[in-house]
Amino acid sequence: MRRWENEPILAVEHLTMRFGGLIAVNDLSFQAGRGDITAIIGPNGAGKTTVFNCVTGFYRPTEGRIALVHGDAATLKAHLGPVTAHDRGFARFADGAVFLLERLPDHLVARHARVARTFQNIRLFQGMTVLENLLVAQHNGLMHASNFTVGGLIGLPGFRKAEKAAVARAVHWLEKVNLVARADDPAGDLPYGDQRRLEIARAMCSDPVLLCLDEPAAGLNPRESAALNALLLSIRQETGTSILLIEHDMSVVMEISDHVVVLDYGVKIADGSPEEIKNDPKVIAAYLGVEDEAEVEKIVEEVGLD
Amino acid sequence: MKSDAATARADFAAALKDAAIAALIALGVTLPLVGFRTDQGPDYKLILTTRFDLVAVMVALVFAARLALTLWTGHRPHAAGSSAVLERLKPAGSALFRLAGPALLGLALVLPFLPVTGRYELDLGILILTYIMLGWGLNIVVGLAGLLDLGYVAFYAVGAYSFAIISTQVIPATLPALGPWAFWICLPIAGLLAAFWGIVLGFPVLRLRGDYLAIVTLAFGEIIRIVLLNWQDFSGGPNGIASIPRPTFFGLPFTPGKDGFAATFGLHFDPTHRIVFLYYVILMLALITAFVSTRLRRLPIGRAWEALREDEIACRSLGINTTNTKLTAFALGAMFGGFAGSFFATRQGFISPESFNFMESAMILAIVVLGGAGSLLGVVISAIAMVGGVEMLRNLEFLKSVFGPNFDPTQYRMLIFGLVMVLIMIWRPRGLIATRRPSIALKEKKTISSDLIQEGHG
Repeated sequence: MRRWENEPILAVEHLTMRFGGLIAVNDLSFQAGRGDITAIIGPNGAGKTTVFNCVTGFYRPTEGRIALVHGDAATLKAHLGPVTAHDRGFARFADGAVFLLERLPDHLVARHARVARTFQNIRLFQGMTVLENLLVAQHNGLMHASNFTVGGLIGLPGFRKAEKAAVARAVHWLEKVNLVARADDPAGDLPYGDQRRLEIARAMCSDPVLLCLDEPAAGLNPRESAALNALLLSIRQETGTSILLIEHDMSVVMEISDHVVVLDYGVKIADGSPEEIKNDPKVIAAYLGVEDEAEVEKIVEEVGLD
Repeated sequence: MKSDAATARADFAAALKDAAIAALIALGVTLPLVGFRTDQGPDYKLILTTRFDLVAVMVALVFAARLALTLWTGHRPHAAGSSAVLERLKPAGSALFRLAGPALLGLALVLPFLPVTGRYELDLGILILTYIMLGWGLNIVVGLAGLLDLGYVAFYAVGAYSFAIISTQVIPATLPALGPWAFWICLPIAGLLAAFWGIVLGFPVLRLRGDYLAIVTLAFGEIIRIVLLNWQDFSGGPNGIASIPRPTFFGLPFTPGKDGFAATFGLHFDPTHRIVFLYYVILMLALITAFVSTRLRRLPIGRAWEALREDEIACRSLGINTTNTKLTAFALGAMFGGFAGSFFATRQGFISPESFNFMESAMILAIVVLGGAGSLLGVVISAIAMVGGVEMLRNLEFLKSVFGPNFDPTQYRMLIFGLVMVLIMIWRPRGLIATRRPSIALKEKKTISSDLIQEGHG
């Protein structure tokens, strides 16, 4: 298989991020496969969220290239060089488009490259209803349909139609995450697990090709965690969206991911299928901070890596 | 029962002790500040007069007020019956609020024809409506987008001066035939110029949040005022601009002559015609502001403003250009300020930088905050209370019978006003109407409690 090598959607090359003297990410290269669920794991402070912030445009990396492609491997191969050589953030071609995410500001990463994300500490619009949250996610399309407010202000029918479609899309995703009954409640009133799922639904409403989830299972109980796995798998299956996720919960990582990248102190220490990662002594050592084989075995059993 | 009585007695003792401590603090503060007074005597020496009676009155007041407050708040949880009554009254209250909008609108429409309405009431109505319009304009920036703007009066000034300069200098110099139509031509131009300055202010402050944003907008308001004060050739400096043309009834002036409004419509000439017309002009402008801002709330741009107030980072992650979103909020808010400014110029006939000082900004912001950021009806109620209420405090003659004929009630106007503000902010820290109506609903619109709504961080 190894789709991340043959058919990448995201190619991170030599990514380095320095904050003053601190090197958060050091010369990191990895690829994420189209349609894959790619997990980035690592101990606390390994630089996972920094990588996420670089990919989604919230940080401008100190060095390196982050390429995202709409199209196939051939598109990436043919156009990556020329796009990089020109001083441009992205370019569209007949066979797709290539985006250099390190050159685009965050909102353009979301808008043009169609990368959506969620946050480690949930960031919903708490004082707005669930439905409103999902409509804000479709802002750019609706803005166009309202002729940049002018058409909407005088009530052109085009906008009303577009808004109906947007509501239908929101309802579709609410059904997927089981929240239709709460559509008219303020997002801040939902229980924690529902807020996590709503944030994923909101990200999906922006119609992404790459969905970045920052610890989606954090704070979920085992049942909610299992439901999340099912949701992510069905998103992948139904929309073909590639998923990049940061996760601590090994049951989520091992169960649903196709590809795992392990970071420690900002450096990649392993990269491969879950099977390979599970048995990698370097990963076990980094994660558990012990070298004694017997103790590793014991902790591995407790954590449930096997 | 016995234990209840015992706890009640203990509560009372605690309240007494608490009030005594408050009184002691009051004594410590008032004794040196109020108790002693130095005057210059006839031989240029200082004479020390003591006013212990006044100190005693103040300390007693503090004691009584503190005791009453503690007993009242302490009793509230016990009085379950009263809260149940309040719960039952709630639907009636919300129905009252639903009816308040149409009722106020109806009153506003017929006000000039009510028998009790004289010249003074009309002028007061115009003043209140001007502040309502300014409040609604600022509401876009503060209430929806959550950007704290302390210099809103700058756009009011830009509107007023644009109107004044175009109508007194530009139009007579270029197309004097347009003279009677000056108001209707200058109004949109003044709005656009104000919107332009809104964007000019918007650019440098885009990166700022919270307190920093407030300070820069405050400075912007002062810059505009000081430029107007010092740029003699352009704005007339402290002398201001006089003889700004009065509005015409779509070309017909409100004059006693043959071509005047009254003669054309076969009416008896009456100077209040113009006031009534002005009243309807500002009513219409305010209604346009209300219409546009309610409409905008339901459009993607309005939702983006509110989303920006709730969480700017989440907005960016969803592909919303926060720069443009903030600029449109500034520009639209400024535009309505500009409209109100040109109305102000034509009503007064004379403007000077003095009318656009920081107090005006503070007043408009206070109206928005007191009404409840984001609520149109709240702004109306608080504008009526703040502008109309302060006006009413001018008529405090009855206090003379309490405090003696030398008492000047108008001097206490601002004191009472400040006290009321403090009390309302204690009672309703998020404004009179702090809840939010969703802009769209699948089944039914449920009012959102103010606890969930973010105030915005700039």
